[in-house]
Amino acid sequence: MHSASRITRSVTRRSISSSLFLRSRNKIPSSAIRSLSSIHPTIVPFTSGDKLRARPRIASFSSAAIENDEPVDINHSTSSQSFEKILIANRGEIARRIIRTCKSLGIKTVAIYSTADSKSLHVQEADEAICVGPAASSDSYLSVPNIMKAIEQTNANAIHPGYGFLSENAEFAEHIEKVGKKFIGPSSSAIIAMGDKITSKHIASSAGVNIIPGFEGFVTSPEHAVKIAHQVGFPVMIKATSGGGGKGMRICYTDEEVKEGFSLSSAEAKKFFNDDRLFIEKYIEKPHHIEIQLLSGRNPETGELDILCFPERECSIQRRNQKVLEESPSTILKPETLKEMVRQVKMLVRDVEYESAGTVEFLVDEKQNFYFLEMNTRLQVEHPVTEMVSDGIDLVHGMIEVAAGKGIPREYMAKLGDQSGMSEEEKEGLSVPHHGYAIEARIYAEDPLRGFLPSTGPLNEYIEPNAGTEGDCTIRIDSGVAPGGIISQYYDPMISKLISHSSTDRNSAIDALKNAIDGYVISGVGNNTSFLTDVLRHDSFVAGDTPTNFIQTHYPEGFHGVALSSEEYAETAAMAVVANMIRSEVLQKPPAPMKVDEFDPFIVCLGGLFGKAYQVQGLEDALKVTSIDGEETHTVQLEEIDIDSRSPIVNVVVNDKKRVLQIEPEDSSGKFSIKYEGAQMDAIVMSPQEYELAKYMNEPTKIDTSNLILSPMPGTLISYSISDDAEVVEGQDICIVEAMKMQNVIRAPRSGRIKHLHSAVGASLMADEIIVEFVKDE
Amino acid sequence: MIRSLTTSSHHWKHLLARSSRISSSQQYIASFASFAAVSPELEHEPSQVKSQFRDALAEHREKALKGGGEKRIAKQHAKGSLTARERLSLLFDHDTFQELDQFKVHRTQEFGMDKEENKIPGDGVVTGHGKVNGKTVFAFSQDFTVFGGSLSETHAQKICKVMEMAVRVGAPVIGLNDSGGARIQDGIDSLAGYADVFQRNVDASGVVPQLSVIMGPCAGGAVYSPAMTDFIFMVEETSYMFVTGPEVVKTVTNEVVTKEELGGSSVHTVKSGVAHDCFPNDIMAIRAMRTLLDLLPSSNDASTVPRKQSTDDPNRLVPSLEQMVPDDPNLAYDIKSVIGEVVDNKEFFELMPNHAKNIVTGFARMDGRTVGIVGNNPMTLAGCLDIASSTKGARFVRFCNAFNIPIVTFVDVPGFLPGTNQEHGGIIRNGAKLLFAYAEATVPKITVITRKAYGGAYDVMASKHLRSDTNYAWPGAEIAVMGAKGAAEIIFRGKDIEKNTQDYVKRFANPMVAAQRGFIDDIIEPATTRAVICRDLEMLDTKKVDLIKRRNSNIPL
Repeated sequence: MHSASRITRSVTRRSISSSLFLRSRNKIPSSAIRSLSSIHPTIVPFTSGDKLRARPRIASFSSAAIENDEPVDINHSTSSQSFEKILIANRGEIARRIIRTCKSLGIKTVAIYSTADSKSLHVQEADEAICVGPAASSDSYLSVPNIMKAIEQTNANAIHPGYGFLSENAEFAEHIEKVGKKFIGPSSSAIIAMGDKITSKHIASSAGVNIIPGFEGFVTSPEHAVKIAHQVGFPVMIKATSGGGGKGMRICYTDEEVKEGFSLSSAEAKKFFNDDRLFIEKYIEKPHHIEIQLLSGRNPETGELDILCFPERECSIQRRNQKVLEESPSTILKPETLKEMVRQVKMLVRDVEYESAGTVEFLVDEKQNFYFLEMNTRLQVEHPVTEMVSDGIDLVHGMIEVAAGKGIPREYMAKLGDQSGMSEEEKEGLSVPHHGYAIEARIYAEDPLRGFLPSTGPLNEYIEPNAGTEGDCTIRIDSGVAPGGIISQYYDPMISKLISHSSTDRNSAIDALKNAIDGYVISGVGNNTSFLTDVLRHDSFVAGDTPTNFIQTHYPEGFHGVALSSEEYAETAAMAVVANMIRSEVLQKPPAPMKVDEFDPFIVCLGGLFGKAYQVQGLEDALKVTSIDGEETHTVQLEEIDIDSRSPIVNVVVNDKKRVLQIEPEDSSGKFSIKYEGAQMDAIVMSPQEYELAKYMNEPTKIDTSNLILSPMPGTLISYSISDDAEVVEGQDICIVEAMKMQNVIRAPRSGRIKHLHSAVGASLMADEIIVEFVKDE
Repeated sequence: MIRSLTTSSHHWKHLLARSSRISSSQQYIASFASFAAVSPELEHEPSQVKSQFRDALAEHREKALKGGGEKRIAKQHAKGSLTARERLSLLFDHDTFQELDQFKVHRTQEFGMDKEENKIPGDGVVTGHGKVNGKTVFAFSQDFTVFGGSLSETHAQKICKVMEMAVRVGAPVIGLNDSGGARIQDGIDSLAGYADVFQRNVDASGVVPQLSVIMGPCAGGAVYSPAMTDFIFMVEETSYMFVTGPEVVKTVTNEVVTKEELGGSSVHTVKSGVAHDCFPNDIMAIRAMRTLLDLLPSSNDASTVPRKQSTDDPNRLVPSLEQMVPDDPNLAYDIKSVIGEVVDNKEFFELMPNHAKNIVTGFARMDGRTVGIVGNNPMTLAGCLDIASSTKGARFVRFCNAFNIPIVTFVDVPGFLPGTNQEHGGIIRNGAKLLFAYAEATVPKITVITRKAYGGAYDVMASKHLRSDTNYAWPGAEIAVMGAKGAAEIIFRGKDIEKNTQDYVKRFANPMVAAQRGFIDDIIEPATTRAVICRDLEMLDTKKVDLIKRRNSNIPL
């Protein structure tokens, strides 16, 4: 299936290219260019499995429907079309995700965009697109007046807000309701009720939902915060009342941290939410973050609220409270606990008369105690995890139906199964049963090797892994970017979401996701793929031991790259040699110098000329890989290797494992980069004679940066906490650099006297730009 | 034509299979027992005389191969450098090197140079020819272990010999420079030797590619031989080039500088633009030289321009180009990303990557043909033309023209860099070089305007008016006398600037006017750029231009 799709693709490309080629003499109609982009492999992000394809509503997800740009005629079971035209008040992958569902339902779509997004995919894919302002989101995607104008001009009947931006803005929902349009989401009153973290806790508590002990009220000063922390007991969590996404949130173990956390959180909260109110609660240690997705809608026949709860999502792998990996089912949740959670969720939903898709988040400790965290009144980033394990449910479709007053589609309610003979209590605890195992990885433009700092810039190279079903596993990709596109500082740095599903077990879902990540080519901007691979490879993750402090526990010093086993190193060495040999031969490149004859063994240096060297020798039916010191010898079976001269992707079967490598073209000296299992390294293939001479080479001297503080990321210098000539101690705050909406405190890497502040406050910094210079130690 | 390199496991297993080594005939060295005669009269027997000579020959050869001896070789290695012979063994394909003048020795009688121990066969330079990836190449490699690689009369004669032969047969010549300078003992014979080499450099210029790798010291008059070659590579940390060294500099100007600060690889590849690239060590530098040679023609005979079997579909569409160039003319992007997508297999051999980064120059293949690529790079100084970038571009264009290499130019240029620095530095004279070089070039010239092409810089960058063969613009291109605001200010004398600017943008900030005049041949979709260029290259294969007869043109140097 893999290679078949590949061949098919290249054939299509060829035929299109020749037809375009002819047309280019006369001007190419823009529709041709659109079709051109739609045949590009990355533009077909969601290829469903055969199983899914059998269901009429989901048939729309098949790539064919998207490519043809034609709405699929669906024999709708409930009734005719819900809305004629929906405006999507969002951008990127979620906008594209909503457009897909709309197309499948025959609903016309309107995309909004900022001037920075004029060439974005969501703009190309929508039926209409309207510019709502300049790049800064506050003037475009967050501008209620501009979007209201766009709604009026395009005459859309309903508005889907996606997530983020205005999705939980009650005022926006109200405006829409006022002009007689439909907001595809809960009522503004429900948003208000659940939007405030303190109010929502009160409501939840009185509705009978378990809550975390804490201080009920707003914190007024650092001293007040410390006092409360002592009352509640350490550790405590400081949170912004209207915060989200980890912003304005700090976990504190000491008085000092509480004070610092208070100022940083309130500053961030003021900046991002224009609301610096904070609250404090007890911090539950080693909990799992488990949430219940629900879809609630008024049944048009009975007038009752139908509530459909979905399989739980475990979203415990978080970094600074930002979710990284999400999965379903949870590895720890017992069926009884799930039932109780579902019951409480339904009580809460009824209490606030919630109608739409929503999520109730809980913390679950090792004893299966669970506590209400908050309710998200929107479609969430990780909703595909739920869709993948819910046997073909499309949450966006559900939201649209509910907003149109048609209630939850009957076939969705039917997922709960036969309820005859069940007690009311049993029915209350019912949720859609799990279908297989799904894991989602969020691919972010951030550099895990530099403390996960955001990275912006053009996607010089961007190739998505193959989506679709292979055997028991399915890969789904929800992305909003295209090759050459720019990851801009104005918006969230998420590049895409990769979701794997296995119908058999969790391990094969992990494996499929790992391979998909390995096949993801992203260059130009830093990205977290190697970190994701490392987590997926981690024994504790594989064992399901994933409390929310997983990353803190296992990466206390940050992430320093994937550590390969010696076996994997040997595999890398063997594959580097064979791939290099094939490329040299096919691309007619000069062979490695001093090669006495072609049957000599090769030497490969991994990690550059001064890295780890291996001798690779062909045996009858395998490759013998020996470390140059002769201490280790491995036999590597390389059953298959599939190289495309223009693509970095190399598919291999090595030692019975089906894997994907990435190999970048050689530089002028023949050095190339190879990435295997998330570990990226330079490789140089040499003849043994050349390697003998290489021993005389000196390792280049490293430039001394010990007396400098360099900007770890591109951003803006907000302020200094020190002055010229200051004497600082290690760990002391030096300055604040803002990047990607986050304020990062840069601390002194060592003690010493400051010689010079190189960058002025307000300066925009490049990565590695000098901020501060120390006086050199004599 | 997309070639999937799917290789069955059988194939590589065959390649890597253990096998007995093929014995090489060329490695054959006859071995004879050492003769000694029992009586003196037998010594004059022809058989004895011949065998004694063989003994002496073997001794000479051994001595020549050892160069300055084991101690000096060890010292060279300790510096992180290789010997002259080791470098040549890396440069040439295995067992293809034929050495010339191995036994040549100097004739100096002064200063004890006539002593036997001071007569080292080869005289400090190894010369000869061999194959690089199957193509004949001549080389000389200076041996620092022999009198510090110093240049004597005979040393120079050896170099001249290979250069002359290279010109006769039409093959590139490569110098691996590692020399302390003139052989002082040789006096003015050494000076004459330098000049003889210079003359050969000039004779060969534009006839065969001349390439230099500076792998150690290269000081004084010695710098001018590599300076006149086409491309210079340097080895980081171990090589330097300067006309006068730190001691003289200190005496004359009182400046205190190290050799590295005065003429190290970072100086010449970033600031001065003397060298075309540098590499961390001998091995990587020679590997790069092999890669470069593979792209270059052997001589100015057009039939030697390399054309490899195409491994990348010439009609391949590149939809990402549409996204790469920002609409906002003030936003930067890296032209190298565009180049990488357009050329074969993303392979671009950039020359002078760190000097005058506002223009990009280098070689690539398109549909298997070697092409020279020039592009303004908005990443640095908005891609404008200045003194350094004009000189860099001009020299590259002239190389391509000399060796029949088609030139593909990507234009995104806002104009010339303003300022007293530039004017006083002679931007008029230097900018004219690029203009002159483009106008003079008669090889196939293909130009693609990706975004801005303003003012005089538009004219310079391989415009139609300079007889470029085909000129294209992307739909987002702006071809104009100047930026809209400036134009509106002049035309409307400061009235209603905002509105007038907007009107001007709508009317002129696009390629339509230029297309209507025929200054560009078509407005092409970015995605089709590769296909269009590949097709034009084929069409231009038979391009003929009659040259005007003259002694030489007079480029403003």
